[in-house]
Amino acid sequence: MSDTSNQPTADPKVSGATEGVGRSAIDQSIRIPVLVLAGAGLLWLVWGTVLALIASFKLHTPGFFGEIEWLTYGRVMPASVNALVYGWGVNAALAVTIWLMARLSRSELRHGGILITAAIFWNAGVDVGHWGILIGYSTSVEWLEMPAYVTPLLLVAYIMMGVWGVLVFRYRRNPHTYVSQWFLLAALFSFPWIYSVAQIMLVFAPVRGTVQAVINAWYVQNLIWLWFTPIGLAAAYYFIPKVLGRPIHSYPQAVLAFWSLIVVAGWSGMARLVGGPVPAWIISSGVVTGILLLIPIVITAINLHMTVMGNVREVWNSPTLRFVVFGGIAFTAAGLIGSITSLRTLGVTTQLTHFTSGLTHLGFYGFFTMVMFGSLYFVVPRLLDKEWPSASLISLHFWCCALGTAIVVGSLFIGGINQGLQMNDAGAYPEFIDIVRNTLPYLLSRTVGVILITLGQLAFFTSFVWILLRPRTGKVTDPTLFDSSSALKSFAP
Amino acid sequence: MNNGPLIFFGIFLSLALSWLGLVVANNVDADFGGLGPHMDEATGMTVPAQMPGLARQGLRVYQDLGCATCHTQQVRREGFGADVERGWGSRQSVARDYIQQSRVMIGSLRIGPDLMNVGERIPLPEWHHQHLYDPQVNTPGSIMPSHAFLYEIRKVKGTPSPNRVPVRGERAPPDGYEVVSSYRSQALVAYMLSLKTPYDLPEAGSSDE
Repeated sequence: MSDTSNQPTADPKVSGATEGVGRSAIDQSIRIPVLVLAGAGLLWLVWGTVLALIASFKLHTPGFFGEIEWLTYGRVMPASVNALVYGWGVNAALAVTIWLMARLSRSELRHGGILITAAIFWNAGVDVGHWGILIGYSTSVEWLEMPAYVTPLLLVAYIMMGVWGVLVFRYRRNPHTYVSQWFLLAALFSFPWIYSVAQIMLVFAPVRGTVQAVINAWYVQNLIWLWFTPIGLAAAYYFIPKVLGRPIHSYPQAVLAFWSLIVVAGWSGMARLVGGPVPAWIISSGVVTGILLLIPIVITAINLHMTVMGNVREVWNSPTLRFVVFGGIAFTAAGLIGSITSLRTLGVTTQLTHFTSGLTHLGFYGFFTMVMFGSLYFVVPRLLDKEWPSASLISLHFWCCALGTAIVVGSLFIGGINQGLQMNDAGAYPEFIDIVRNTLPYLLSRTVGVILITLGQLAFFTSFVWILLRPRTGKVTDPTLFDSSSALKSFAP
Repeated sequence: MNNGPLIFFGIFLSLALSWLGLVVANNVDADFGGLGPHMDEATGMTVPAQMPGLARQGLRVYQDLGCATCHTQQVRREGFGADVERGWGSRQSVARDYIQQSRVMIGSLRIGPDLMNVGERIPLPEWHHQHLYDPQVNTPGSIMPSHAFLYEIRKVKGTPSPNRVPVRGERAPPDGYEVVSSYRSQALVAYMLSLKTPYDLPEAGSSDE
């Protein structure tokens, strides 16, 4: 492998053969680290979703596991969120990041053993941390509930993983950078900064009063917009053109979306504090930047839409694209809804209600998670040199997740708006318990959605284990598509 | 643009701006991160007062049970919702109200009611114990989980325990037994009772208005 990889690659567009050899060496170097990250992420996804299902059940049937202290709603819900965000989210994001970065930079990952070791420490930390929440050491800081005894370990483990993405970029053989790489760099760099600031100022040396609430909102918003969003968009900007075999509609627009997102995202979280106990200018800054977020959202939506336009059939037939494009649509929806509900007049109704959970769900499940699924459907066969065993299992996965997410988000949106309208009308609904009762049908239908999502995750998990264990046939097989007659075959490498 | 350092610098600058503007600036702001108690000229008292020791312990129980997952502690200002009309407080909550809390849990979701002034609204320890033990007793239809694990059901020996919680309904103990509160539930109830803002602050407007 060293013979070819030590030579600088010529223009990859010209010398296809060199590119081919280099690519297999690159895939070889990242195979185990990426599979370890993806596998760990999937275990977390299943476990976190089971916890979410328990939590969802408890909300309309409080007696469900009611006697067990460690499964009380106030613990099982944050434990589920932490398992999904730091277990599934960070593992999957890093798996896709390392793979994308290596492919786009045309450089190998060296000393992958350190990355694997760091990943083991990260997962051990999240494991201990989420059990810490369940047994009573929660910090009760939103999205940072894991106890202080694991968070320094998590930060070090993260840096040891994230630095590999930066190093692969630093030693790139391809002199041209692509916007996906920028997004990935932004995410890799943002996490340690926001995480360490939030840990120190909220947990280790807490600041005074509601400055804590401001920093918490800053952290959560940055994690969404400067970690999960850029990685999801990096994948979308790579996989959609890649699988369709055509360039992105407008590259300058992608660059504009990148810079506008990076500049305004950090401020936009303050809108959720509307009416709250913080200085008014802070909330105003959140409202203004919340509206400015429309720039990257609309540009990205148009750009991805124009790239896909005319290729709907190919998108539908490719597992990767079906998931990634669903994610792109969910990104647009979540972004637009988040942006307009940062306006005071609307935000006052939706804030502090189930609506906000619905929005987080739409962003995290509908956008980020679906894009990660699509990416893994592309990445895993190439690392293993095998194809997915069952197209119907992939189809089951897609429909369960798509319908489940739609039901969950729909329930929380409608239930949340009702809840907000009633909560803000003390004359018609003086008793809060009546408002609680009125949310019950929506909480029940949410559970139906979460059951579907759980089934979908199990289907994907089955696929993943199956492809890992499946013997390699030795001959080159066609990629698994929903419709084998598709013209897409010629494009998918 | 193919310049790695330039991209990196742009990312760094953007993040640094929101970090400086929101995190650092607010923390060093004397009127926000540096807020101290207010000296009330009329009464000669400083408000908000320090929390009693047991209530401080109770805050830790509130934190470890994740109560903030469903309960907020913030009365939104008038014109923003109907928190005051609902009786959750006589005035909006302001930053200074929270300076004695080691962990500020204003919350972001109201699955249950706001608790900013619950100690003023329901100043009865027994009610809170009953509610924690079995929420259905005082609030039929509540979806709050029972916190019976904070209590002990034990046989009455001689005189009933001073920490006995009178309970009706489904979860009432059998004859000859009683429900007794634990240290954790006593601390949590002390914290509940400490949640109130019965004082005026210049920045919050008068509670009489």
